[in-house]
Amino acid sequence: MYQDVILDHYKHPHGRGLRDGQAEVHHVNPTCGDEITLRVRMDGDVVGDISYEGQGCSISQASASVLNELLVGKDVADAQKIQETFLELMQSRGRIEPDEAMEEVLEDAVAFAGVSKYPARVKCALLSWMAWKDATAKALSTAPDPSGTTPEETA
Amino acid sequence: MTLPPPTRRPLPGLLDTEAIRKDFPALDRVVHDGKKLVYLDNAATSQKPRQVLDTLHSYYERSNANVHRGVHVLAEEATALYEGARDKVAAFVNAPSRDEVIFTKNASESLNLVANMLGWADEPYRVDRDTEIVITEMEHHSNIVPWQLLSQRTGATLKWFGLTDDGRLDLSDIEQVITEKTKIVSFVLVSNILGTVNPVEAIVRRAQDVGALVLIDASQAAPHMALDVQALGADFVAFTGHKMVGPTGIGVLWGRQELLEDLPPFLGGGEMIETVSMHSSTYAPAPHKFEAGTPPIAQAIGLGAAVDYLSAIGMDKIAAHEHALTEYALERLREVPSLRIVGPETAVDRGAAISFTLGDIHPHDVGQVLDEQGIAVRVGHHCARPVCLRYGIPATTRASFYLYSTPAEVDALVDGLEQVRNFFG
Repeated sequence: MYQDVILDHYKHPHGRGLRDGQAEVHHVNPTCGDEITLRVRMDGDVVGDISYEGQGCSISQASASVLNELLVGKDVADAQKIQETFLELMQSRGRIEPDEAMEEVLEDAVAFAGVSKYPARVKCALLSWMAWKDATAKALSTAPDPSGTTPEETA
Repeated sequence: MTLPPPTRRPLPGLLDTEAIRKDFPALDRVVHDGKKLVYLDNAATSQKPRQVLDTLHSYYERSNANVHRGVHVLAEEATALYEGARDKVAAFVNAPSRDEVIFTKNASESLNLVANMLGWADEPYRVDRDTEIVITEMEHHSNIVPWQLLSQRTGATLKWFGLTDDGRLDLSDIEQVITEKTKIVSFVLVSNILGTVNPVEAIVRRAQDVGALVLIDASQAAPHMALDVQALGADFVAFTGHKMVGPTGIGVLWGRQELLEDLPPFLGGGEMIETVSMHSSTYAPAPHKFEAGTPPIAQAIGLGAAVDYLSAIGMDKIAAHEHALTEYALERLREVPSLRIVGPETAVDRGAAISFTLGDIHPHDVGQVLDEQGIAVRVGHHCARPVCLRYGIPATTRASFYLYSTPAEVDALVDGLEQVRNFFG
């Protein structure tokens, strides 16, 4: 479960700290007390920045770092596809063995495949990703949205 | 581990755990590809001995019937076994009368039952506007939320005792907390998160001075020490079966007989009545007044077997065993760098649940790496979130011991924590 990639991100997180953004959300995982405050800045259709602050286990902290590394700079539609793929992997209860196509989409995030076997920890891995989804929906609904994306609720 | 156990001297008062462990099939398990299970989550629930499991099987295989109402052989056997379990529990807690022992489904239900009795009671017991309810900051959520609900529904004021830095109740303002307006004081005898054993006498004395009722949550006490409801001096005592080698689904509320006679029922249904017409009903005497519907029959009988099992070993001996083990565990845990005990740091007035933090390593990570080594602990806020808030921590790791726990398991925990530190260090 604790892949080196995960421990690396835990010990050396990317993009930690709160910076400017159009939307902010605060999500908690009531079973273990993990918390995250996350801000999103959209530059047009591009994910300009994901900044965050929080406390929690190595899985939740590393996952936020991977989120930042993976999604910042991506077109929002691509970022949402990555988020959906990650969600699918994490909800697979260990049944999905990531193939090359999935690795290409998820990059470092495939390291969390093992976490999906531990139902108690899936929420830790998803905390920042659901927060990002929520914050992005907020940012897009406040800003005029030319792409017409309607975020759906899957949490 | 290949290293010999560090300078372990024989501990005084230990039970013959080698013999006891043979009674508990689950303790023989191996997990995660051949790791021997080290079960240190006893404050959450205990493992069950063969004697309890056999009693459950035998009841279902031979005597299964509904209680109190049949005239056939099986119904009579089931009733005798169920009521026999009540006798055993009454003797176990030194209740003056067997009719003071109410079977519930768990300690939470027992606590909720008292809260609801008082909410619907007549004077002088009635909790309403202008009265006060007193609890403490170290309660399990099951002894907080029922009182919040009662307070919200009646307008009564909820008050509580705070905690000292070393994990004890702060009773310095007891006369301001428990006042003439107080109707009920409900507190835990042994904290499930801090391990603290609370000073019953001081609280009961003050409550009696102002005419308040006292409810004691003995969920973490009944499994571990001799419990004497008369010596405690409380009006109600609640505990649960599954933490004391009994099955899940069975709890106990002991209450003083005259109170049980005066207080109204909460749940209505079969078995709790005397007569029923379409206009009104009269109620059976306690304890049946508070046991509506088919009770957890097998579970009560299983609890009776659990009580037999614990009594045969002796509650004082179990308490001595756990005390020695707790002392040893506290000593060994102090050797672990950056480990901080959350709760009393000595074994004085302390139970066998030890919560701690380990540097900045999140308890979930601690628990996961321990689990990979076969060591089962509990992580999180242990349904006592106000305690975590009080001490400014998100969560703790908790190791909790029981009559079958051994010094070797304490050593395994300490070795396991070393691996956790290496891993995340």
